[in-house]
Amino acid sequence: MLNTIPLEYYLVLSGIIFTIGCVGVLTRRNVIIIFMSIEMMLNAVNLTFVAFSAYSGTSAGQLFVMFIMAVAAAEAAVGLAIVLSLFRLKKTVYVDEVNLMKW
Amino acid sequence: MALSFIFFAILAVLAIASAVTTIASKNPVASAISLIFHFFMLAGLYLTLQAQFLAVIQILIYAGAIMVLVVFVIMLLNLRKEESLKEKYNYRKTIAILLAAVFVVQVTAIIAIGPIISKANNLPAVNQGTIENIARELFTNYLVPFEAISLLLLTAIVGAVILAKRHIDV
Repeated sequence: MLNTIPLEYYLVLSGIIFTIGCVGVLTRRNVIIIFMSIEMMLNAVNLTFVAFSAYSGTSAGQLFVMFIMAVAAAEAAVGLAIVLSLFRLKKTVYVDEVNLMKW
Repeated sequence: MALSFIFFAILAVLAIASAVTTIASKNPVASAISLIFHFFMLAGLYLTLQAQFLAVIQILIYAGAIMVLVVFVIMLLNLRKEESLKEKYNYRKTIAILLAAVFVVQVTAIIAIGPIISKANNLPAVNQGTIENIARELFTNYLVPFEAISLLLLTAIVGAVILAKRHIDV
C-alpha cells in the first residue's frame, strides 16, 4: 500500500509534541499536570517508534511501544501514589511549595 | 493532495492543539480532558501508519486506564485552581518557550538535512500491525522482555499499595 506521507512529517510532529510536553514540565507548578506532560512526552516517542517501524517494514518498533506503554502504566500507578502521599503530608500539589529535600 | 495526507494533517493539527491546551489550561480537569483527546488523535495517527492493534491499545490503556486514574486522583485531592504567580514565574515561562522554539527548529533542521530519505515510501503489507503478527513476535522473539514487564507491573502494584497506605508499620 502506498503511503504518500513522508516519514519526516511524523518525526517533526513527534518532536513538536515532545517539546510541548517539555514546556509543560518546565513551566507548570501542579504536579499532576507535570505528570500528564510526562505522559505526553512518552507518547511522542511512541509515535516515532511506530513511524520508524512502519517505514522500515519490521514490527520491532510496535513491540517496543507495547513495552513503553506497560512501563507508563507502572509509572502512572507509582507516581500517582506518590502524589497522594505527598498531598497527605504537605497538603499541597504545587512543586514549589514542597522543599522536603532542600537544606 | 491525497486523502491520507488530509487525514494526517487534520490529526496532526488537532494533536498539537490539544497538547497545547493540556499544558495551558488552569483547571486540571480541563487539562485531563484535552489529554484524552490528544491520545485519541495519536491513535488515529497510528491507524495511518497501519498499526491497528496499537491504536486500540492506545485508547484502552492511555485514554482508558491511565487517564481514569489521573481523574480519580484529581477528584481525591479536591484541587483549587492554580493561581497565577505572574511576577515570579514569568521569566521562567519565557525562557522555557524560547528554548522550546530553538529545540523544535533544531529537530526540524536535523531531520531536513539528515540521511533519512523516504519520499512516499512503499509500505509493506497491511498485516504488519495485526494482533496475530504482534502476538507471534511477542511470544517468540520478545518473550523474555514480556515476562520482565509482568514482573515490573507486579512490583509497581506492590509499590503503589505500600505508598498509598495511610500508616506504614515497618
